[in-house]
Amino acid sequence: MNRRIWGMAWAILFLAVPVLGVATFAVAPAINVWLPKDVSIHGRDIDSLFYFILALTGVVFIATEMVLFWFLWKYDAAAGERRATYIHGSHTLEVVWTIIPAATLLFLAIYQMNAWADVKMRRPDMPPTVEVVARQFEWRLRYPGRDGVLGTQDDLHLVNDLQLPVDEDILVQLKSMDVLHSFFLPNLRIKQDAVPGMRIPVWFKSTETGSYDIVCAELCGWGHYKMKGRITFVPRSEFDRWLERKYAEQEATRPAGDASGNLAAR
Amino acid sequence: MSIAPSPLATEHASKAPQESHGLTLSQFLSTYVFSKDHKVIGIQFLFSTLVWFLVGGLLALAVRWQVAWPWSDVPVLGKLFAQEGGQMSPEFYTMLFTMHATVMIFLVIIPILAGAFGNFLIPLMIGADDMAFPTLNMLSYWFMWPAFIAFGASFFVEGGAASGGWTSYPPLSTNVAASPGSGWGQTLWLVGLTFVGVSSMLGSVNYMTTIILMRAPGMTMFRLPMTIWAMFITAVLQAFALPVLTAAGFMQLADRTLGTGFFSPEGLIVNNATPGAGGGQPLLWQHLFWFYSHPAVYIMILPAMGMVSDILTCFARKPLFGYRPMVYSIAGIAGLGFIVWGHHMFMSGMNPALGITFMVSTMMIALPSAVKTFNWLGTVWGGRIHFTTAMLFALAFVSMFIIGGLSGIFMAATPVDIFIHDTYFIVAHFHYVLFAGTAMGVWAGIYYWFPKMFGRTMNEFWGKVHFFLTFIFMNGTFFTMHILGAVGFPRRLADAYHYETFHHLQPMNAFMTWCAIGMVATQAIFAANFFWSMFRGPIAGRNPWNANTLEWTAPSPPGHGNFDFQPVVHRGPYEYSVPGADKDHLMQTDPPNAAAAAAALVAH
Repeated sequence: MNRRIWGMAWAILFLAVPVLGVATFAVAPAINVWLPKDVSIHGRDIDSLFYFILALTGVVFIATEMVLFWFLWKYDAAAGERRATYIHGSHTLEVVWTIIPAATLLFLAIYQMNAWADVKMRRPDMPPTVEVVARQFEWRLRYPGRDGVLGTQDDLHLVNDLQLPVDEDILVQLKSMDVLHSFFLPNLRIKQDAVPGMRIPVWFKSTETGSYDIVCAELCGWGHYKMKGRITFVPRSEFDRWLERKYAEQEATRPAGDASGNLAAR
Repeated sequence: MSIAPSPLATEHASKAPQESHGLTLSQFLSTYVFSKDHKVIGIQFLFSTLVWFLVGGLLALAVRWQVAWPWSDVPVLGKLFAQEGGQMSPEFYTMLFTMHATVMIFLVIIPILAGAFGNFLIPLMIGADDMAFPTLNMLSYWFMWPAFIAFGASFFVEGGAASGGWTSYPPLSTNVAASPGSGWGQTLWLVGLTFVGVSSMLGSVNYMTTIILMRAPGMTMFRLPMTIWAMFITAVLQAFALPVLTAAGFMQLADRTLGTGFFSPEGLIVNNATPGAGGGQPLLWQHLFWFYSHPAVYIMILPAMGMVSDILTCFARKPLFGYRPMVYSIAGIAGLGFIVWGHHMFMSGMNPALGITFMVSTMMIALPSAVKTFNWLGTVWGGRIHFTTAMLFALAFVSMFIIGGLSGIFMAATPVDIFIHDTYFIVAHFHYVLFAGTAMGVWAGIYYWFPKMFGRTMNEFWGKVHFFLTFIFMNGTFFTMHILGAVGFPRRLADAYHYETFHHLQPMNAFMTWCAIGMVATQAIFAANFFWSMFRGPIAGRNPWNANTLEWTAPSPPGHGNFDFQPVVHRGPYEYSVPGADKDHLMQTDPPNAAAAAAALVAH
């Protein structure tokens, strides 16, 4: 077949990269395969940064891939009897395409620091709302109980079912009993590895009631895939009632001897 | 290291085993098996790594099968492994992805770039008769065999092969009670890793010495082809980063076998087993591991970048755009590569303030990569492009590296990384860099240098079919992973569909698995073309592509000692389409040409 037609065909194959690439990212949100619903305060900053980078990289992606396509289309050897341009580079161009990306990247680096600090560095000044202890393959939860202090005899122990009050600052104390795990809350844009031997604070605030997934996001063994929990946000009054009920259930199942031991300890 | 006899004599010598019985067994062994000839060693590396490439690809298919159709019977392999009546067990799945990554990284990408292409090309492209240390060179190949055996055998020991991920994070990997693969499998994994390290180190020392000391007369450092610059800087990276990994490997081995506690905190109770020695820190391993493995990411791409630069210039018939900026950006990537390892640990529990410094350095490492991309585009601009198979793969490298490079910025942005860390977004990113990038570069290199290796060219038609199908299926498999990542779909989960957030993603995963199956199947075309061309392909001659660099002045294939004359270098490697010259390429050895020299002055 004609060599020029082959050249055009190859150029079009490379044109398909930006065309189908952009199409994929356009179709995905339309069919609801996209960022899960965000119910947190800080999640907005993360999502808007995601969209900002998507737009920025999208423009660079389209521009560079289109340039590549155009060069392949135009400078095909079969397109005409011309000699290739004899040039070893351009100092001006090198400076331009070094300075502009450098400034953009530096801006991006500085721009995002605040969002990172909000999620990981500006810890609210409060006692932990709940302690989450990861273990193969479950999330063990410990609420402070009536005295509001963790580590006392009236702590409430639960597994995988994390209930919390909505519209309030939550401080989780994250620990691991055995191997690494990662406490991933997709709908709250929270992820933090749990490390044995470390107590790591995690904080967030939900603006909506509802029940969402807790996912383990760090390989923790054969049962990693099923290390699932649920996080549920309810209004404060409902949360207090739930806590009371769970506490009563725990007291009821506690052996008598243990209960008296508790009294003695106090 | 002797100067070769005439090419005729060497060709005669290489045919000797079939034609006469003059070659004794020991001669045969020392020529073809325990050879000290860099070309034989390079081709040994090439064959070994291609075999492991197939193994790694099949492991990937098994992983994809489980992700697309969890707990369904695995075709063919299911009968072989016979897990729960043809289904794979979750611990088998964790082993599969651990060994897929291990095989692909340590037994394919690193040795195919440095071992196969580095070995074959360095002496030829700098005009040397062999490596500086031929015996070390031979050992660097044979030290891979204990690694092949250790990794290969680990599939068959009790508990199976390592299953703590290729990163082997303790305590999962150090604690036998934590995971079945953390028994003998993990010990063999560490042994294998150590031997790969020894092999890389022997190669690295050799490459540095050879490139510094054994260049042909006139071959200044700034007349080296980009392939050689990339190999040189890769060797430097390996020499500085590898000792840390080797030490860390020994520490983990000690934790496992001698009862030390470098990486385990006090009072660790895994799976109700009695705690071992404590006082360690799991994060220490992550720091040590990534201090090597981040530079290793560049070890896995820089040589491909170099090869692609050479192939683009040859088939665009145009000098490389910005030779020095290209060299400086490789050096920049290597330098910055040592201070970005913490970006793998943003979510690890490392001090978040430290995360900010790693974020800034990571953002800045995107810069030299961008400069390289712009220069590749500048190289193609105004060229006379010949769409050979090698060129198509090289162009695919550029096109795909743009995707892989840009997607990295998402993870570098720490707040965004909170959401996409350890999701399919990162899986998409590194497959775009390592498969859609490096593997394209490797194929470009194979199609391009095959005539030099075997004296015959590969079939162009079937090469293009191979390229087209690979390109389509590859993007079908990996591009969609970005979207999965945007949903937060976590990696390494044997079955994620029981989560409310991810239950609707199965059809998409099934599509990706079909593409992956197509991609692996396509490689049969490559294998057939490779072996058919080796024996039946058209005879290539010395310089089938009309390229400029020194290897094309040697016979194809070159005999022992490489050159049948002493190459003297008069110019840089990319003097294509020089105005006033009578042909469109001026080889590095071509005698000085007044017209070309005048043109070169103006063009700078």
